[in-house]
Amino acid sequence: MITPLDRTPGFGIYLHWPFCAAKCPYCDFNSHVRHQPVDQERFAAAFERELATMRARTGPRTVTSIFLGGGTPSLMEPRTVEALLDAVASNWSVPDGIEVTLEANPSSVEADRFRGYRAAGVNRVSLGVQALNDRDLKFLGRLHNVEEALKAIGLARETFPRLSFDLIYARPGQSEEAWAEELRQAIGHAADHLSLYQLTIEEGTRFQLLHAAGKLDMPDGDHAARLYEITQEVTAAHGLPAYEISNHARPGAESRHNLVYWRYGEYVGVGPGAHGRFIENGRRHVTFTEKMPETWLERVETKGHGVIGGEVLTHDEEADEFLLMGLRLVEGIDLPRYEALSGRALSNSRIAVLQEEGLVEPIGNTRLRATPQGMIVLDAVVADLARE
Amino acid sequence: MTNTPLSHIRNFSIVAHIDHGKSTLADRLIQMTGSLADREMKDQILDSMDIERERGITIKAQTVRLEYDARNGEHYVLNLIDTPGHVDFAYEVSRSLSACEGSLLVVDASQGVEAQTLANVYQAIDNDHEIVTVLNKVDLPAADTERVKEQIEEVIGLDASDAIPISAKTGVGIDDVLEAIVTRLPAPEGGDREAPLKALLVDSWYDAYLGVIVLVRVIDGKLKKGQTIRMMGTDAKYPVDRVGVMTPKMVMVDELGPGEIGFITASIKEVADTRVGDTITEDKRQTTSPLPGFKPAQPVVFCGLFPVDAADFEDLRAAMGKLRLNDASFSFEMETSAALGFGFRCGFLGLLHLEIIQERLEREFNLDLIATAPSVVYRMNLTSGDQVELHNPADMPDIVRIDTIEEPWIKATILTPDDYLGPILKLCQDRRGIQTDLSYVGKRAMVTYELPLNEVVFDFYDRLKSITKGYASFDYQIIGYREGDLVKMSVLVNEEPVDALSMLVHRQAAEKRGRAMCEKLKELIPRHMFKIPIQAAIGGKVVARETISAMRKDVTAKCYGGDVTRKRKLLEKQKEGKKRMRQFGKVEIPQEAFIQALKMSD
Repeated sequence: MITPLDRTPGFGIYLHWPFCAAKCPYCDFNSHVRHQPVDQERFAAAFERELATMRARTGPRTVTSIFLGGGTPSLMEPRTVEALLDAVASNWSVPDGIEVTLEANPSSVEADRFRGYRAAGVNRVSLGVQALNDRDLKFLGRLHNVEEALKAIGLARETFPRLSFDLIYARPGQSEEAWAEELRQAIGHAADHLSLYQLTIEEGTRFQLLHAAGKLDMPDGDHAARLYEITQEVTAAHGLPAYEISNHARPGAESRHNLVYWRYGEYVGVGPGAHGRFIENGRRHVTFTEKMPETWLERVETKGHGVIGGEVLTHDEEADEFLLMGLRLVEGIDLPRYEALSGRALSNSRIAVLQEEGLVEPIGNTRLRATPQGMIVLDAVVADLARE
Repeated sequence: MTNTPLSHIRNFSIVAHIDHGKSTLADRLIQMTGSLADREMKDQILDSMDIERERGITIKAQTVRLEYDARNGEHYVLNLIDTPGHVDFAYEVSRSLSACEGSLLVVDASQGVEAQTLANVYQAIDNDHEIVTVLNKVDLPAADTERVKEQIEEVIGLDASDAIPISAKTGVGIDDVLEAIVTRLPAPEGGDREAPLKALLVDSWYDAYLGVIVLVRVIDGKLKKGQTIRMMGTDAKYPVDRVGVMTPKMVMVDELGPGEIGFITASIKEVADTRVGDTITEDKRQTTSPLPGFKPAQPVVFCGLFPVDAADFEDLRAAMGKLRLNDASFSFEMETSAALGFGFRCGFLGLLHLEIIQERLEREFNLDLIATAPSVVYRMNLTSGDQVELHNPADMPDIVRIDTIEEPWIKATILTPDDYLGPILKLCQDRRGIQTDLSYVGKRAMVTYELPLNEVVFDFYDRLKSITKGYASFDYQIIGYREGDLVKMSVLVNEEPVDALSMLVHRQAAEKRGRAMCEKLKELIPRHMFKIPIQAAIGGKVVARETISAMRKDVTAKCYGGDVTRKRKLLEKQKEGKKRMRQFGKVEIPQEAFIQALKMSD
């Protein structure tokens, strides 16, 4: 169980490895396919430089979690991972035992590197399993099959203290029964954490083109809602309740790093196309870096960082982001913190209306959260609450 | 330049259906008589407002003085008063016609006689005009001059044997038109140069530099700069600052004599200080026989105009004030609506007038407006014996206080290719119409109906256009008030009445209209987090109902650090969007929904 003491938002380090073996048709993350081998040493050196530059901006801090995301970080050699983690530790205080996650693809080639990652200091992997049937894996553009995925899960469970894997549901043609069955099967293989995302059509992806051409038969709102509800029911029944819209964990096994985002903590983003948000000179700063890996690399090598933009957030913007992220959590938000950020309280009359509709509920006197019914329409709830 | 003998003056106007080429002909006449240098020519000179040029309509009467050397070697002054063609502006037409002795009737040689042709030519005949018929667009392959001549004779009853074939576009026949103006239209009658001044106030408008400009037609006497004039109707006197003519540029002259048309300025502050049709005379030597004058135009259609952004309210007030400077027939008074906030209840001469005013406010003053459903002026006969006029359904007195309700009726004339006659008759019948005449000329039918105006303001014209693919023409005049079985229909969204959507409808049409409104709102109001009933009700009785079901799913599946900026921007947009929504209890209705729901067409 998360104790109130654990609710400190934290200070995380995010490292973005932008390369993938292939581009998945649903993914709009910053990922690039390279047919020439990537000079990992050179990139690692650039990560080290950018980390040092960020350190100069944040000052000395204690890191609460590290996350290697992508792209496909499991395309990194273990020694590259080690170099990156060492660089983090040389800039900030990194206590022993903090959560260090690496995103990995469950292909056999990558699984072979698991031991090396563990030795480098990774203590949690997040596997992009995405589906437990080969037909859908192919549809989702994945390079692995179910057999490989299950093997990778097994190996990861042996290798790492903590493991999560992702599934994508609400796929075209997916029935309620089929999903419930697949989910039960997944839970059978799961350790302590699952990320279960509804398939959404993102701008600039291949699926968007197909969708626009009418070639993707996406589930309608009612069906998608049903699938979401089933997800909540099945996971809760198996001891992996949702703690965020799409994330499920055995109590106490929540992803510490992702909680940094949702609790609106601070995070440093390093690597091509990484975003960061941290306090500098008393104000919350946004940073984002050049997305093209090679361009980012050159910038870092000449300037010491690849940051191409950012801003100081206004108090209203901070309050909006806090609300957007915080209400995604089952633990809800701390109302005094909202007031401290925005300088005003949430409208009591709006809360009352939403409460009457069963969409939000207070927890004690100082917290507010979305109910399960509220979660499913959370974007509308947030838009309603965020108004001046 | 103004000592033209009466015998060498011709005052005329041009009457035509929209698009039959009235303005193009005017351009040609100006060009041929050399009133403007070529470089000053632009299309449709007399339609000076952008909106007039774009829509091909004339809103304000305009005048131009043409200097013409006729084939007999003599010099003539031809004054053209260009008149609006649309029924909404019939009032402006009639007063302009009264300043002339003759008219050119322009008929499109391929289209033939249309509804406005009729309405306008009858007005000209009523004003004892001599008519010269002109067949325009004879260069078009579809032109059929013989058929159209026959039609003119049969439908209008004018001798069309000497109709002049022209093409205003190419210039063919324009010289014949000029010659016919001189030879076939009469010179102004009477006109005693030495008699006391008697002049007709034809029109007036506001000019930012010169103040109020008054267009006049001199009957007797002389109008000179420095003279003190008296408006006999308003009994106000003014010293004349300037006297001039429009060529169509303003050219100052020393004086205007009998039969002449020109303008004066006289330190008049507002257009409202001038009364069209008034008699202008000389203060110290007044005429003993003032002109009969005109009845002022009464607004017949009302609607509420509200700023989309409440902060624009004062700007809207100022803009309306400015438009009214030039258009005394447009009226407005402040109105408050729970749905739309502060705005104005406005009166118009008709639907086109409404559209034009709205468009000018939006375009010339850069305002975003919401217009409520147009309504006519109802007369409420109260049980107390009093009669009150109702301009806004929201102000309807308590039903128990009302004895009877009267509504305005019109006589509508529709000309159409006979293929469309069936659907037109059905449309008129559905709108409580009473057929009074039906006749054929060749393959065209002319049908006249008596119709309640409130049925016409609600999308009648759009329906007519769509069922006839735009081939039918339509014109109407008000014929008086009749008692009707009318009820107030309210619209309730989530049990809350929405005042801006209430309307007076005929009892038999109420259910259908209510259903249509509910269906429309169901489409227009976005799903909320809860379900929303939409009801149309008469009194306490619900006559139509729809339900907007609750939104099922609206949540971003994946949301991490990098996404936050994008999500925040999205949220900001949503918040911005909510500013354009109106709150009804728990329900937010986008203003766009009002605009769409209130559109006359469906």
